[in-house]
Amino acid sequence: MLQQEAVAGVRNLHPGYCSLLVKFDALRMRHEDVEAILRQYLERLEKIELPDARLVEIPVCYGGEFGPDFTEVAALRGMTAKQVIELHASVEYLVYFLGFVPGFAYLGELPEALVTPRLAAPRRRVPAGSVGIAGNQTGVYPFATPGGWRLLGRTPAKMFQADRDELSLLSIGDRVRFVPISAERFGALEKEWT
Amino acid sequence: MDVILVREPGLFTTVQDLGREGFGPMGVSPSGAADAVSLRFGNRLVGNAEGAAGLEMTLLGGTFAFPDGAVLTLTGSDFGATLDTKSVQLWTAFEAKPGQTLKLGPTQTGARCYLCVRGGIEVKAFLGSASTHILGGLGGFEGRALRKGDVLTIGASSGSARKRKLSARVVKGMQPRKILRVTPGPQDDWFPEASRRVFYESAYRVAEETNRMGIRLQGASVAKATEGELTSEGVSLGAVQVPEGGLPIILFVEQQTTGGYPKIANVISADFHSLGQLRPRDEVRFERVDWETARNLLREQEQLQASEELLFE
Repeated sequence: MLQQEAVAGVRNLHPGYCSLLVKFDALRMRHEDVEAILRQYLERLEKIELPDARLVEIPVCYGGEFGPDFTEVAALRGMTAKQVIELHASVEYLVYFLGFVPGFAYLGELPEALVTPRLAAPRRRVPAGSVGIAGNQTGVYPFATPGGWRLLGRTPAKMFQADRDELSLLSIGDRVRFVPISAERFGALEKEWT
Repeated sequence: MDVILVREPGLFTTVQDLGREGFGPMGVSPSGAADAVSLRFGNRLVGNAEGAAGLEMTLLGGTFAFPDGAVLTLTGSDFGATLDTKSVQLWTAFEAKPGQTLKLGPTQTGARCYLCVRGGIEVKAFLGSASTHILGGLGGFEGRALRKGDVLTIGASSGSARKRKLSARVVKGMQPRKILRVTPGPQDDWFPEASRRVFYESAYRVAEETNRMGIRLQGASVAKATEGELTSEGVSLGAVQVPEGGLPIILFVEQQTTGGYPKIANVISADFHSLGQLRPRDEVRFERVDWETARNLLREQEQLQASEELLFE
């Protein structure tokens, strides 16, 4: 709503799970002014119509070098490799918001049986396309960044691309399903999408 | 089409303007000049709009040649620049004749020096801005820091080559601060009184692994009161977050847009440019102010920045 009916003086929005950070020009408006405007928006919150949710399929090659934490997650959760893959790919996830870095979508909720805490020590570099889990969330790293999520696999899909009409593959409210693929298929898709 | 030849890139030199604001919903932080005050003054000194793209150099400057000549200025920190053999004054517009070489060295003061050129640096805009976003390889010159041999395009400009200089009084007024003023953060109350006292009374040292994403600090650890975990939420520029371990990190221009660590404080907008001049091993302290004070300080800074009397010929 704030994107469609922009408020003069509001410069940026950072959505979270159950919060929205509103960045505004402090020389144009005061905190109280912004609060009053936001309260008016909140009153209309129930009435707005959201666009239909899209379903986006993301191919993932699980385990091996693409999923360095895959074996440990299976062991921690007392599951076989097949069960981990089936479970992770069994759910339609919701994009709660995008944050952290460009195109990083926070997806939930992970099936209870897969819920695993973050790594105690984050990796200095997680390869782009890595698919990870943390608590009851799952997500895909769009770029090589530091990261503490446990990595189950990797996708050849480009999550964020500057020279594409739709910069980010995912948007808030989208539905996401992970589709298991083989290493050969990963190689073929990677070639096709580069 | 006039160009700049990059003979030596320096340690970490990127194309920056005032950033791309408004793309938080995609996870894209604004990026932009780490010391926007210096970039804005630099642009005005060479007769550009204040948001034109310039070069941001970090700790060690580069060497540049101007085969077609150019009107230039250097602002921010003193990197001991010379034009051929003659030393160049900061905060003053000067002309490089075709064939002359501008050479910068290691910093003698703060972390960053800006090179602004009349006409600005021309690159393909990404989401409306020329700023380089290093982590995503987005914007700027090919989404990366400059390399030896790069050729930058200077934008078209109109108007005469008038010499301009910034008054010493203003330069002094814009001196970067080491005592950073902050307002309380959204999780200020997660920290017991004793921890807050530690935070506000200790000196912190800027860590080596500091960059445009965040300024890591070393010093007294700030303990949380509870074991509670924060649900990921939006984080703002200048937010002082306290991860496990208790050593504060100040989120900077190329920040993550959301985060899960509690924030004890937020550096005020008027002191953002000071953050851009912090070097590893510098010592900083925090001083608490209220919103009204923060707003007044920003207003004063903007008035100083907008004044026409500051530029004379």
